[in-house]
Amino acid sequence: MPELLALVKHDCPVCDQVLPALDAAGVRVLSQSSAADTAAQAARLGLSRVPELDEELATSQRFDPDAVPTLLLLDGDDERDRVEGIQRDRMAALAAAAGVELALGDLPERRVGCASLTHDPEVAARLAARHARAEGRIRSRELRVGELEDVFEALHDRGLTDGLPVVPPTPERVVEMLGHTNRDPQDVVAVLPPYGAEATVEKVAINAVMAGCAGPELPVVLAAVEAAGEEAFALHGLLATTHPAGPVIVVSGYPGFNTGVNVLGQGDRASMTTGRALQLTIRNVGGGRPGVEDRAAHGQAGKLGMCFAERLDDSAPWPGLAQDRGVPDDEPGVTVMALEAPRLIMDQLAREPEGLCASLAMALENVATPRLRLAFDAMLLVGPEHGRIFKDAGWSREQVQQRLHELTHSPAGELVRGAGGSPEGLDPAWVSDPAMPVAKFAAPDRILLAYAGGDAGLFSMVFGGWAAGDIGSAPVTRSITPWL
Amino acid sequence: MALTILDPTAERDAAPERPLAQRGAARTIALVDIRKPRGDVFLDELERLLRERGHEVVREAKPTFTKPAPQDLRRDIAQRCDAVIEALAD
Repeated sequence: MPELLALVKHDCPVCDQVLPALDAAGVRVLSQSSAADTAAQAARLGLSRVPELDEELATSQRFDPDAVPTLLLLDGDDERDRVEGIQRDRMAALAAAAGVELALGDLPERRVGCASLTHDPEVAARLAARHARAEGRIRSRELRVGELEDVFEALHDRGLTDGLPVVPPTPERVVEMLGHTNRDPQDVVAVLPPYGAEATVEKVAINAVMAGCAGPELPVVLAAVEAAGEEAFALHGLLATTHPAGPVIVVSGYPGFNTGVNVLGQGDRASMTTGRALQLTIRNVGGGRPGVEDRAAHGQAGKLGMCFAERLDDSAPWPGLAQDRGVPDDEPGVTVMALEAPRLIMDQLAREPEGLCASLAMALENVATPRLRLAFDAMLLVGPEHGRIFKDAGWSREQVQQRLHELTHSPAGELVRGAGGSPEGLDPAWVSDPAMPVAKFAAPDRILLAYAGGDAGLFSMVFGGWAAGDIGSAPVTRSITPWL
Repeated sequence: MALTILDPTAERDAAPERPLAQRGAARTIALVDIRKPRGDVFLDELERLLRERGHEVVREAKPTFTKPAPQDLRRDIAQRCDAVIEALAD
């Protein structure tokens, strides 16, 4: 014979209406509320028995009703039927199937119930976190922050921040974050230096929570971690170097990022938190701590995290950087590159591409020092008022790169040690002809071109690179699609 | 209220410490040039001082300063030498 089971809560007037009948008929009732609230409700309604408690909402979560009261008809553990809220005729049918006489005469014919406590946002998040733990979807060690501790201070004291406050990565927040990718939380995204640690999707999600990501940025962060972990990116060396470069993320074709006014500045949550999430992952998972493994002489503010998205609207002179570097046109991508802080290139008079290239080339010559040749790459972030000049003239990205490469050649005699009084420069043993032009960059495509910024301002920005190519770090591009 | 958070680190165990080479006795010591300018000047001087004290010296070099030493090189040094000194020059 099937049996009846009812789920109720204390602050539900519809439950109040049904409970006396359930009590009189001896139906087993489980309350979602606390012991005190349940006892008070029983006293208020004059019930002969206080409903049992649905400990940890285990039964409610199992049957997952939208509303209470819920009357369940159970055959052993199997549900045969249910009524949520009041539906007098159907409740009578369930009672009959269980051989129970329910006195429903005083009840209205129909009444919608109240939301099950399992749907309270806070409770639902707690249940989802518990569920994820039970299923092995989240496996990270739990840390307890004591009642007398300030959580923000505690996270800092445990050495888990970049010096700014972080969002506490509670299991609820992390599980919510993991909902923004379809990947298994235990998938390994990258093996990160310096200690060869596996950065799982779960660990990246924890650090994304801490960085302040809203959620939709998670696939971008995952793709960036994947890219930064590639051998060609040489993250170990980038972390350990005395040079100020850090990993810069360029997002191409992913929604939700500012691509216009103040694109490199503060204010856009997606950009600010995505770059920070990568750096927190490197710090916390990889183990690269400033002043310990990170030996930068000065560093720079962008090492907190630097991420910007390309402006790929109708004004764009070229396709996205990631798409140009192999990501299919219909997929969003990231390019991660080891770069120092950006600086302005001003040319307010150029109206044609040749002159603009000459101005851009002057700034490119100054990456690190004009004397440094062939060793570093660079990225140019071309602003809309400069980009328009290339677009109107029909210059492709490759054409601009080619011209910039040509224009960043200087005579060896100006680059040799001692020229102009500076001891830095080319070894005189290499300089047989002072007029011989020496390239700044190893190839045209070692000058990466991105496009973003506000409508007004005849400006572009240059980011100097770090030791590049096979002897150092190469930019790495990855599709975001596998991480969606 | 007490709060539970998830560990954002890789939850590594601390690596067991290995004893440093003892002072005094003659040893075989690897000097690794990380390929920074003038690192060889520093290592030449170290080699002279070590040999004066009766130590064997093995000179090695990384292919590039930007990347960790290759695994084979590290294994080779670990097998042949009692200690290793890297030149972090610039």
